[in-house]
Amino acid sequence: MLRDAALSALVAFGLFGPMIGLKTEVGVAAIELHTRPIAVLIAVAAVFFGRLGLLAWQSTRPVQKAAPGRMADSLAYIGRYLTPIVLVLTITMPFYAERYWIDLGILVLTYVMLGWGLNIVVGLAGLLDLGYVAFYAVGAYSYALIAQNFGLGFWSCLPLAGILAAFWGVLLGFPVLRLRGDYLAIVTLAFGEIIRVVILNWTTLTGGPNGMSGIPRPTLFGLVFNSGGGKGSFADFFGIEPSISHRVIFLFYVILGLALLTNWVSLRLRRLPLGRAWEALREDEIACRALGIDVTVTKLTAFAIGAAFAGFAGAFFATRQAFISPESFTFIESAIVLAIVVLGGLGSQLGVALAAIVMIGGGEMFRDFQEYRMLIFGGALVLVMVVRPRGFLSGRTPSVSLGAKKKIGANLMTEGHG
Amino acid sequence: MATPLLAVDRLTMRFGGLIAVDALSFQARAGEITAVIGPNGAGKTTVFNCITGFYRPSEGVLQLTHADGKGFALTAMPGHLITGRAKVARTFQNIRLFAGMTVLENLLVAQHNFLMPTVINGLLAVFGLGGHAQAEHIAIEKAKLWMHATGLTARADDPAGSLPYGDQRRLEIARAMCTDPELLCLDEPAAGLNPRESDELSDLLVRIRDGRDVAGRSSILLIEHDMGVVMRISDHVVVLDHGRKISDGTPAEIRADPKVIAAYLGEGDEDEVAA
Repeated sequence: MLRDAALSALVAFGLFGPMIGLKTEVGVAAIELHTRPIAVLIAVAAVFFGRLGLLAWQSTRPVQKAAPGRMADSLAYIGRYLTPIVLVLTITMPFYAERYWIDLGILVLTYVMLGWGLNIVVGLAGLLDLGYVAFYAVGAYSYALIAQNFGLGFWSCLPLAGILAAFWGVLLGFPVLRLRGDYLAIVTLAFGEIIRVVILNWTTLTGGPNGMSGIPRPTLFGLVFNSGGGKGSFADFFGIEPSISHRVIFLFYVILGLALLTNWVSLRLRRLPLGRAWEALREDEIACRALGIDVTVTKLTAFAIGAAFAGFAGAFFATRQAFISPESFTFIESAIVLAIVVLGGLGSQLGVALAAIVMIGGGEMFRDFQEYRMLIFGGALVLVMVVRPRGFLSGRTPSVSLGAKKKIGANLMTEGHG
Repeated sequence: MATPLLAVDRLTMRFGGLIAVDALSFQARAGEITAVIGPNGAGKTTVFNCITGFYRPSEGVLQLTHADGKGFALTAMPGHLITGRAKVARTFQNIRLFAGMTVLENLLVAQHNFLMPTVINGLLAVFGLGGHAQAEHIAIEKAKLWMHATGLTARADDPAGSLPYGDQRRLEIARAMCTDPELLCLDEPAAGLNPRESDELSDLLVRIRDGRDVAGRSSILLIEHDMGVVMRISDHVVVLDHGRKISDGTPAEIRADPKVIAAYLGEGDEDEVAA
């Protein structure tokens, strides 16, 4: 035990020695190197005793395997009551919350929608997509470009943005879906970057790094939302005091509707042959082929439908911000959405929603602790992966049954191999 | 003589310098159980993989002819169409079920092409269009019949991965049969079964061949090491060794063939031929 702890301390010394122990400061003539032995000592001692304590705790505790089925059951039980509560709280939010919270709610809901969209690709079909944000970007820029060049409004552009994103999904899918697992992940990652770099450099079309501004706001059956009121505005029509918060509330309900649509479609698809084929594909691709399922087409539909929802979310993002630039579509966005899906539990709708609330909402609330945000974020990820390797709410409910539906524990499920 | 269901003509499969199957020709007739036997590494599974489209043969022709006279050149078809159109289904040596899905779901996935003729059809179903509900009802009824035939009715809503080994073997056969095959290719279905389970399996295969007490019938192509099963149920046996056919005939003929005995006993690993 002591030996193990000493070894950990040695590793810690190797890591922290240069990182904490040496500090460069701007001196009189040149940069000077200072050493901080005390700080290193504290860090190493913390690791030593921490490891010792952990080992001691582990040895006193009898080895027991948690019953995964029982835990999944109780979580599903909680989930049954949690879902309506969360839904009601969300729908009524604009009536009790302040402007800041509604803005935050819009942001969280955007990620919930992205998470649910990506869940179709990763959770159901088992295709690891690291470039999901590319379709989000396609949706956003589709709306911005169509609106500016052809003068179409948000509602007519929304389906177009989805269709275009799905089209790009298919275009990317054709060459890459024969790849599996890690290879697929890398190619999708590259695709995400290609889209961003093209947007960044095609200055004549997209404005490059300057982005695009003046993107039209959405209307409610032709009624515009503005702070000045006036003829044809929402406030004028209903005879109420014009306020900018009307638009925020309207946007909130738009994204809530879009997110619920995503949820409804993916829940519905799961119960249909197409969704079952996706899940079968995740479980065993070779068996699928032996049953006469066209693997390529099935994967493409998952990719395209996932991409379409990212496209919708992208169009919404553009109309909310009224300004988009390539900076909003970096790899970290893909990583966050993927983290939401993995943390929440692959294939679990409620889990994804909770993960989005915790990660995006929590991230915003802890903005004051900017420096520690990533640390907490990383720690939370590691913790969830240690405690519940398949995500917070994992396991699945059968899509069809003769008798009562029994929850299937995650331990029986196969992860996707791409 | 009528056209055979499956005619394998000079099938050759090379992996680099290794010749796994060497100019193999044999026929499988409709309504029969044809067994392919041979020592380990004889190339049996490779033949199966060629027939079911997982490998593309280096040379040779695989001609499948349905009872209604429709012909398919299997070597020129993409893998999923071999099951979908040519109606050849298979099981795997190492069981490949959808472990996290229930028994019923496994059987419904097998009827994918019936439930969802086109992608558009599958997408329309989201909005309750395309006659999906009725198709699903028919598919579930068929799945029930096969669960009954394989004795899995009580386990319908259990995940396939939680079934005992013997049940998993039978489920894989039921799943393959749900694709309505003309030819069912079974890769060592009796492997790992105890004698009683082997007997039940033999009985099931004969019933599938004859279309008796089951929801559909199919000719069977069988790879098997359990000579008890092979000799009892096969109508026709093909013996492979080192990728070549060394014997071909009825079980009685095979048992008496000195070349077969040499291949098995010469390898020194099996003496079951005498059984």
